[in-house]
Amino acid sequence: MTTVAVTPDPEITPKSADAALGTTRSDRVKRRLTSRWATLAAIIIATVWTVPTFGLLLSSFRPADQISTSGWWTFFSDPQLTLDNYSEVLFSSSASSPQLGEYFVNSLAIAIPGTLIPLVLASLAAYAFAWVKFKGSSTLFVIVFALQIVPLQMALIPLLQLFVTFLQPFQTALSEAVPFISERQFLPVWIAHAVFGLPLAIFLLHNFISEIPSEVIEAARVDGAGHGQIFFRIILPLAMPAIASFAIFQFLWVWNDLLVALVFSSGTPDTAPLTQRLAELAGSRGENWERLTAGAFVSLVVPLLVFFGLQRYFVRGLLAGSAKG
Amino acid sequence: MASPGIPALGWVTPALLLAAGIVGWPLAGVLIATAAIAFLPDRIRRSARLVAWLLGAVAVVVSSVVVEAGQEQPVGVWPWAAAAGLSVVGVLGYFADHDDDSKPMLVFLMPAALLLTVGLVYPALRTAMLAFTDRTGAFNGVDNFVWMFTQPEALITLGNTVVWVVLVPLLSTVIGLAYAVFIDKTRGERIYKMLVFMPMAISFVGAGIIWKFMYAYRGAEQDQIGLVNQILVWFGQQPQQILQNSPWNTLALIIVMVWIQTGFAMVVLSASIKGVPLEQLEAAEIDGANPWQRFANVTLPGIRTSLVVVVTTISIATLKVFDIVRTMTAGNFNTSVIANEMYTQAFRSGEPGRGAALALILFIMVLPIVVYNIRVLNQQKAIR
Repeated sequence: MTTVAVTPDPEITPKSADAALGTTRSDRVKRRLTSRWATLAAIIIATVWTVPTFGLLLSSFRPADQISTSGWWTFFSDPQLTLDNYSEVLFSSSASSPQLGEYFVNSLAIAIPGTLIPLVLASLAAYAFAWVKFKGSSTLFVIVFALQIVPLQMALIPLLQLFVTFLQPFQTALSEAVPFISERQFLPVWIAHAVFGLPLAIFLLHNFISEIPSEVIEAARVDGAGHGQIFFRIILPLAMPAIASFAIFQFLWVWNDLLVALVFSSGTPDTAPLTQRLAELAGSRGENWERLTAGAFVSLVVPLLVFFGLQRYFVRGLLAGSAKG
Repeated sequence: MASPGIPALGWVTPALLLAAGIVGWPLAGVLIATAAIAFLPDRIRRSARLVAWLLGAVAVVVSSVVVEAGQEQPVGVWPWAAAAGLSVVGVLGYFADHDDDSKPMLVFLMPAALLLTVGLVYPALRTAMLAFTDRTGAFNGVDNFVWMFTQPEALITLGNTVVWVVLVPLLSTVIGLAYAVFIDKTRGERIYKMLVFMPMAISFVGAGIIWKFMYAYRGAEQDQIGLVNQILVWFGQQPQQILQNSPWNTLALIIVMVWIQTGFAMVVLSASIKGVPLEQLEAAEIDGANPWQRFANVTLPGIRTSLVVVVTTISIATLKVFDIVRTMTAGNFNTSVIANEMYTQAFRSGEPGRGAALALILFIMVLPIVVYNIRVLNQQKAIR
């Protein structure tokens, strides 16, 4: 995204020199005044928006006894930092501590397939909607679009029943046949995330893919390329920016999700993601701030890395989604 | 019994079995039937389509009867599943008859169509029916809805949801718009944007913890560790149990959501503001409009579509909000909202009927937004 637009200087295009001088001078003063207040307001908003996160980050590095007795702002008069909180929440072997290391792995194991599965299915479907002419295509597309806004709460209870009826026996049989596969698996969570991510993914990718110039695709067709070749050789490379930005979205969404995890994962260290463990900690031991602050930051590391590293794609995906829908 | 398993192994292996897991066998039947249509010679395709429909229908009905027998659940929901399966076969089979693109169309569209039908359409219909049953699964008419609109606790939940859905989009959009205007074309615009946008990347659970810490309460005689209470103390006030005092605790939770959503509003509106034609702004300036008039009469109309998009998107997100309430108060102290209550009723209190009824209400509240968005979509399609 370009942030600086090319602005023609208003002072260059005055009608008469005198009038221009007068207006521009008063204008300049007025603009400076308003912009001064505006800048102040902007700084205040930016501060209010940043301080909560900053306070928590600073706290997570303070010794436990200090967190619970004094505010993090006293750090500036009495600076003391430690990594103990992190080593405790991540690696401690005592049963009462959070041991977030395992949950961190679970979160990754949920988020990566939870991103890839809907992405693959959606790009296939988006291509079909955009470039394969068939009757009822637009009706079907509107239906998919409408599904996007069905709250996922509507699907939870029956979906869980479906999983229990069909998937569970299958998983149990599998783990009995192959002993080293755990009976509790991520399969239900992956499928749930794929289902809930699909409508939006199809919609966004369709918007992008349908705007690829038709000459490109027709040229390929003339050369004898089939749908498969067009999809892999032309659509996928050209749609990479859109795919990347949606991938970031879906990844963040899955990583940050709590509801799907609560309903479809078991809540044990086998399959529960970080968010679930953290929500538990916040509820049951709301006063153990040294664990909560460090734990919260462990869960924030990946999304913040993704955010700062891939910000451009993130913003682009956001704009693609909102400018159209 | 299974070994606890190394996480890495636990999830690699089932990946191979994903396809088999997604399609229960009635759906496998549907899949084979439709695939069969696509690859048959043209002459017999038409009649094969009919056979495939019948096969799919039989597969769905037989499997539902089997499940039904083992589950002791009321008959009457499974015809929906049969209808859903049939419609997939029917619709796709119909296309298959009509043009040469049908084969790739089936391959490209089938997986997503199957997953959406089984995972979203069917469960949503089933939830709608579940809303009219009691905890034993027997039909009980509109009792769940009567409960919802008569019990004080349930009424508070509905009221809170309304407050949320009014305040969050309003505040986020206004603050986001003001901020976008203030920082437009200033130095360091990117950093300004990043600071306010950052909460978007943070999970609702993480945000909940961050703000729980902000609101943390200590008795008046102790040092405060929560910034909000410390500020109260600095101004000579008593520290408050912010998350426990109704109705202010709902407002405290709403602030968290606003904190998250403002960045979204700001980024979208900022991009939209940059799209307002400079000529119009200059023309207004030459006509002697002051900055406020320029904003109200030129910029604001220019970004109207984006404003609508931002407000609807945030409204939908707000209606579904669950994690913040769950993490910060778990819905206690009169702070519950529909999405949280739905979870509590269905998965904690063993009242799936009530949970489904709440989900249905949520859907009805979102419905106007769906209709509006479909209209916008159709208009855009017409333009394109």
